[in-house]
Amino acid sequence: MNPAPANRSVHPGDRVYRVHWVLGTDRLRAVCHCSAEREFEDPVQLWEWLLSHPDGHVAPQSTSDSGATGTPERGVRTA
Amino acid sequence: MTGFPRDQWYVAAYSSEIGPELFSRTICAEPILFWRTRSGQVTAMSDRCVHRRFPLSQAPSRLVDDQVICGYHGFTYGADGGCTAVPGQTRIPRTARLRRYPLVEQDSLVWVFIGDPARADAARIPRAPYLDSPDYTTVAGMEPLAARFSLLVDNLLDLSHETYLHGGYIGTPEVAATPITTEVDDEAGVVHVSRHMADAECPPFYAKSTGLHGRISRWQDIEYTPPCLYKLHSRIAPVGSVPNADGSDPDAFHVEVVYAITPETEHSTHDFWAVARDFALDDQDVSAFLAENNRTVVLQDVAALNVLERVIAGEPEGYQELSINIDTGGLAARRLLRRQLDASRTPGVAS
Repeated sequence: MNPAPANRSVHPGDRVYRVHWVLGTDRLRAVCHCSAEREFEDPVQLWEWLLSHPDGHVAPQSTSDSGATGTPERGVRTA
Repeated sequence: MTGFPRDQWYVAAYSSEIGPELFSRTICAEPILFWRTRSGQVTAMSDRCVHRRFPLSQAPSRLVDDQVICGYHGFTYGADGGCTAVPGQTRIPRTARLRRYPLVEQDSLVWVFIGDPARADAARIPRAPYLDSPDYTTVAGMEPLAARFSLLVDNLLDLSHETYLHGGYIGTPEVAATPITTEVDDEAGVVHVSRHMADAECPPFYAKSTGLHGRISRWQDIEYTPPCLYKLHSRIAPVGSVPNADGSDPDAFHVEVVYAITPETEHSTHDFWAVARDFALDDQDVSAFLAENNRTVVLQDVAALNVLERVIAGEPEGYQELSINIDTGGLAARRLLRRQLDASRTPGVAS
């Protein structure tokens, strides 16, 4: 048998969006290529937030102050 | 979503389908005539005579010495699409030329470019090298689908449907129950959806082909390059087995499931499917089993999507949908397709 392809869980690239289904929950964690993260319960709202980059996107270290990281989709910009 | 992106490459046929006879297939609502010339090259040009639009693939049209002769009035065209003879006169009208399509034959697939030929960059064609690799054995087919191609994209990007639509073949309870990871490479234009089941029931499709029974480790890694090429990297292994650090993976069975999703019209699709495996390479029974069972699975999708097309086509635009976590990858694919569709409607822009 042939070697397995390289691990595909993280793909390189400058503009890669990642969405993780948070284990043991019904939540989705969106990770923007700018490192901003946010949790959602609705994939439609999730993509609206991811694709609104850079609007509403703040780096993880500052999101703890704003409460953006780890919060559900309430207040998400849906322009 | 109806319509299809232009200025894109689409799979028109398997290489094995095109020989030294006339062959016709409609791609993105454009009837295209193919044949393999005596030098081995595949040609692609309009399947309509410029005179009165008679199909050049239709008898009594015929191919003689790499020239196609229209069966209606005898207009004759060479492999480059140029007209070489017209009936009853020596002057050949300047506009008597068939439209030619950029074409690339690779990985056992025949790709054509639909759109402005000046934008045809062959380097953008995604690869599926296992389809003609000596390290793999491949079974393949194509089923006509009476549904818009975006419905097949939705279907293939969310494999949780295997549990319900394909139970007894490739579906087990774990598929729908296992969380997915979705990644979108926006610059490369690729959607990845991964579902790694560490301890899952082995479905009959894999039990009979690999010899593994009971519980297995089953990985599904989707790689979709819109609009046409979809690849499912499937890894089947004993529970607890993972690839070695150097990438070798001697305990696992690898199956590369490839789909080419090619619009025929706005409401019909060519559903090309192929299954390439890196084990039991010379076992004809395994080949026959995988071919029969995968075709059965594809036909289960075809039956469901044909119904869905009729339902959706009968509803007003803007019907309400509900999307949940399993749809994350499908929504990403729709976004990339929408971007390609918008670009192909804007002169001077292609993505």
